[in-house]
Amino acid sequence: MKLEAIGLKKYFPVTSGFSVRGTRGWVKALDGVSVQVAEGETLGIVGESGSGKTTLAKLFLLLERPTAGSLLFDGKAVADFGRDDFVRYRRAVQAVFQDPYSSLNPRMRVGQIVAEPLPRDSGMSRPMVAQRVAEVLQLVGLPRESPALYPHEFSGGQRQRIAIARALVTYPKFIILDEPVSALDVSIRAQILNLLKHLQEKLGLAYVIISHDLAAARYLATRLAVMYAGKLVETGECDAVYAEPLHPYTEALLSAALPLHPSARRQRIVLAGEVPNPVSPPSGCRFHPRCPRVLPQCSSQEPEWRAVRPDRFTACHLY
Amino acid sequence: MRESTPLLVVEDLKTHFFTRRGVTKAVDGVSFTLHAGETLALVGESGSGKSVTCLSLVRLVPEPAGRIVGGRVLLEGEDLLQKSSAEMRRVRGKKIAMVLQDPLTSLNPALTIGTQVREVVRLHQGLRGPPLRERVLEALRRLRIPAPETRLRHYSHQFSGGMRQRVSSAIALSCTPRLLIADEPTTALDVTIQAQYLELLKEVQASAGVAVILVTHDFGIVAAIADRVAVMYAGRIVEMGSTLQVFDNPSHPYTRALLRCLPDVGLKREQLVEIGGQPPDLARLPQGCPFAPRCPERQPICDETYPPTVPVASGHIASCWAVPGAKARA
Repeated sequence: MKLEAIGLKKYFPVTSGFSVRGTRGWVKALDGVSVQVAEGETLGIVGESGSGKTTLAKLFLLLERPTAGSLLFDGKAVADFGRDDFVRYRRAVQAVFQDPYSSLNPRMRVGQIVAEPLPRDSGMSRPMVAQRVAEVLQLVGLPRESPALYPHEFSGGQRQRIAIARALVTYPKFIILDEPVSALDVSIRAQILNLLKHLQEKLGLAYVIISHDLAAARYLATRLAVMYAGKLVETGECDAVYAEPLHPYTEALLSAALPLHPSARRQRIVLAGEVPNPVSPPSGCRFHPRCPRVLPQCSSQEPEWRAVRPDRFTACHLY
Repeated sequence: MRESTPLLVVEDLKTHFFTRRGVTKAVDGVSFTLHAGETLALVGESGSGKSVTCLSLVRLVPEPAGRIVGGRVLLEGEDLLQKSSAEMRRVRGKKIAMVLQDPLTSLNPALTIGTQVREVVRLHQGLRGPPLRERVLEALRRLRIPAPETRLRHYSHQFSGGMRQRVSSAIALSCTPRLLIADEPTTALDVTIQAQYLELLKEVQASAGVAVILVTHDFGIVAAIADRVAVMYAGRIVEMGSTLQVFDNPSHPYTRALLRCLPDVGLKREQLVEIGGQPPDLARLPQGCPFAPRCPERQPICDETYPPTVPVASGHIASCWAVPGAKARA
C-alpha cells in the first residue's frame, strides 16, 4: 500500500471584507508538492510556520480538496473514489494531532472517544467494540478502567495516548502525526516518541510526521521532506539529509536547531528576514531573498526539482 | 567565582497558592544569586515553579489566591518584598523588565507600537517631545527593527511573530534595566527566527550589561546562551551550576534523566530513555523528595526527608540523597 501526492496545490482565496466575490488574490499554501509514503516507512515533513506542512496534512486527511494535482491511494486517485473507497481510505489513514487538550471531546468518555472512528455499519457488536477499545488502550499502555473515565481525569501524556489509541482502533496503515509531542512536557515526550516507534514496529504502520522540532522528526523519520513557502526544497533519506544538507535552506534550518551540549555551540547560519508572504511569493526561487549562497539567476528563474544524487532530490541552482 | 557583590540575591523564596483544594506550594524555598551581565537559565517542566518564581521577583503573583509567604529578594541590596506597591511600580520596567512568551498577548492590539514604547520611556525617564521620540527610535533600532520611523505608527497585528517579540524586547530594554526576565521568549517563534532572536538578545545583553533570567524548558537554548543553569522540580531548585558543570556532570537524577530523554538533532538515538510517571501534584507533595516516585536511584530515606543541598563542585550544588556527602550533612 502506498500513499502518494502528485503535484498537489492548494490555494486559498483572499477576500476583502465581507464580500465573497471580491477575491483579491490567492494564498498559495501549497504549490506543487509531490511526496510518497510506503507501508512501514516514516516520512518526516519539516519546515517553519507558513511552509504548508499542515495544509499537506489536511489534504492527506481529506479535510481539504486540492486546487490541483492528485492524491493516490493504492494507485487509485482520490478524485475517482466511490463511497466504499472513502470508507476504506478513512479506515486506513488516521491522525494524531498536536494538542490532546483540544483534540479530545471533554464531554465524551474515553471509551466513546476511542470507538468513534469505527464506522457505524462496521457490523461490530457492542461487546466487539468494547473488546477492540480495550485492545488498543492496552497497546498504548493505559489502565483497564480508562474507557469509563473522562479526558480531564488524565494527564497530558496520557491524553496523547488516548488520541493514539483512537487512531489505532480502525487497524490503520498510515498515521498522520501533526506535531505529536510539541504540546507535551519534556519528560513526557520521550515516552510518547518511544511508544510511537514501538507501535510502528509491532503493527507495521507508516507515519507521516509533521514537525518543526527537527530532533523529534529525526528520531522517528526514515525519509525527510523539507518545505519552504509552499514548496518542497529537498527530500532524501533522513540520516543523509542531516549529515549533508544540499539546499541552503535545509542547511540553515539544521544549523538553527540547537544541539544539546554547550561545547557543541557551533557556527550558526543565521538567516536574515522571514518566511515570505504566501500571497505574493518572491519570483524565481522562493528562498532567494534570504539565501546566503544566492546566484544571479535565482531571482528570475525557478530552479528545477531534480535528483542531484541517488535518492536525493532538491530544487536549487547550485546543483 | 566572582567576588563582586551580586546584583540580585534571592533567599528562601516561598510563594504559595491558597485554593479550595489546599495549599499549592508553587515555589517552596528557592535561593540563588545573579551578577550583572550574567545569564541564568531556569529550566523545568510546567508546574515546576519557574514562572511563579519570576512573577514573585516583580511582585506580580496573582492575589489573593497567591501570596509570597517567605524569603527575601534583594536587588542591589534593597529588599523588594518590603517595598510599597508605589515603590514597586518604579522598579518594574525601570530596573527589572520582562519579556513574555507570546508577544501577541503581551502587546496591546488597540495601541500603536509607538504609543506602547513611548509610555514606558515617558513614565520612567520623564522625557517629552523630540528627546522622547529619539529615545523610542533608538530602542527600536537597538533591536534592529527595520524602518522604525514608519513602524512606530503600526499596530501589533501588522508585525510578524519574530518582529513582535523584538518590539516587546525593545519596550523591555528601553529604560536600560539592570535585570531582564525572559519567560520562554522564543517558544512561539520558528527555529530560524529563534536563532535570530537569541543572537540579538546576546548581543544587546553584552552591550548593555543586563543580567538575564531566562525561563525555558528547552535544553538546546540553555546550552546555547546560558552562563549558569538552575533546574527546578516541584517548586525547588534541585540542581544549579555553570552550564558546563550541569551538562557534563549532572548530579541530580532528574537532571540526568532530562538530558538523556531528549532527542538530539546531532545524533540519532535508537531508544530514548524515559522518565516514568507524572510530575507531582503540588497540593499533595510527598513528605520526602518529590522526585522519589519517578527516581531510578530511590533509597528508603528519599521517602522520609527532603534531601539537603550539597556542593558538588565550586559553584555547583544539588539536592539529592545520592550525592556524596548528603547524608553527612543531614
